[in-house]
Amino acid sequence: MSEDSSDTTACSLCVPEATLDERFRDEINRLSGENVLSCYQCGECTAGCPAAYCMDVAPNQIMRMAQLGMKNEVLQSASIWLCAGCETCATRCPRGVALSRVMDASRHIATNEGVKPREANVLKFHEEFLKEVRRNGRVHEISLIAFYKLRSKQFFADVFQGIQMFLKGKLGLIPHRVKNRKEVQGLFKK
Amino acid sequence: MKYAYYPGCSLESTGREFAESTELVAKALGIELVEIPDWNCCGATSAHSLDHKLSVSLPARNLGIAEEMGLDVVAPCAACYNRMRSAEVEMRNKPQTRAEINESLEKPFQGNITVRSALEVFTTPETLDLVQKNLRYALKGLRPACYYGCLLVRPPKVLGFDDAEDPKSLDRAMAACGAEPVDWYFKNECCGASFGIARSEIVVKLSGEIISNAKKHGANCIVAACPLCMTNLEMRQAAASKMRGEDLSMPIFYFTELLGLAMDVPGVKKCFASHLIDVNPALDAIVEQPVGAET
Repeated sequence: MSEDSSDTTACSLCVPEATLDERFRDEINRLSGENVLSCYQCGECTAGCPAAYCMDVAPNQIMRMAQLGMKNEVLQSASIWLCAGCETCATRCPRGVALSRVMDASRHIATNEGVKPREANVLKFHEEFLKEVRRNGRVHEISLIAFYKLRSKQFFADVFQGIQMFLKGKLGLIPHRVKNRKEVQGLFKK
Repeated sequence: MKYAYYPGCSLESTGREFAESTELVAKALGIELVEIPDWNCCGATSAHSLDHKLSVSLPARNLGIAEEMGLDVVAPCAACYNRMRSAEVEMRNKPQTRAEINESLEKPFQGNITVRSALEVFTTPETLDLVQKNLRYALKGLRPACYYGCLLVRPPKVLGFDDAEDPKSLDRAMAACGAEPVDWYFKNECCGASFGIARSEIVVKLSGEIISNAKKHGANCIVAACPLCMTNLEMRQAAASKMRGEDLSMPIFYFTELLGLAMDVPGVKKCFASHLIDVNPALDAIVEQPVGAET
């Protein structure tokens, strides 16, 4: 295996009360629009999750931690960055809770509070993607990949596939840009 | 029928044959697509991963422009469709969000139009009737595994044009073309999506499982409806074959290419030249049977 975090670390839910943060649970509920307390831990989300195999904390455990207010454990997990956003959990949850939204909310809190992500390259990719949208209004794939490689220092990954795509005319050199970039850039203001 | 057309970023580059075949087939079926002027990126996975408001406001700008055109939107890319439709629903249901976001838009969106996927528009009963009427070459011998992926069907509360667990629209379209879609288990499993760059080994594993299952059920090609699924399924075949120790070479098509092929739409065959994986093994399996050649 490569450097991934496929080993599942034991996750103890016996935590001292002092580490629990109820405000975290409320913040997750507010940002996600979901009620994490609805979850009764059936494990359906974990059963169907295509990325659970490489997560350090199982999806249903993320939910339980959110209920208990285990802020650090959630925000420092690799899992919140390995959720692919496929919406299988949200579709199958018998309590109608969209765990995918809880994952989104956790990432938002982690980024806003500057928590060091366990999957640094995933965050770098998302940040470079959004910078590209801010610059051009649209995503120019060659620029996105170049900027991402500069930041992640993964210079040699997929070079062959990149050349193949270029030769097939799938990667244009000139970015297509939105004319009214000022309006698009205005949307990035908080 | 006339729609506001949202191609999205991928259809300008990695998914260009999806754009070309969508536009050609729409024209052949009498569906008029008017590109949304000066459209911007929908934000894709990255916006909703890091900033919820941005994941609504980026699509909302496009929706505002389309609303002024007075047309419903068609988005071929699964991710664009999902993000645009999610934004549409949120803007309609949450007046406060709508007011806040509309403040920064030159053309506000009031919720008077809706977003549809190209798969949805091309597979209505009326459209499939038209496909059958215009059928020139039945795709007999082609056994596609119809692959919907995640974002065309999930979450059903927001999308809902097809069943989330056992979608059928793509299978119906292929059957209308005379192909024989196989029954298989991975039609709506995730290919690894945007991890293709930052964590490509996840894509190798997930895409490998998808292709392997399609093969096991006798498919001689996979039919996709999303440019990211297409890229992942094509680009990772070699690595997945190595990882799983089995031959996973498999031609992948966009469904629009096969609709075009069956209706013999001029220009559609050119799309095959930009595929990374040779499609000829699948095309060779088609028993050439011109429909109604005698008339």
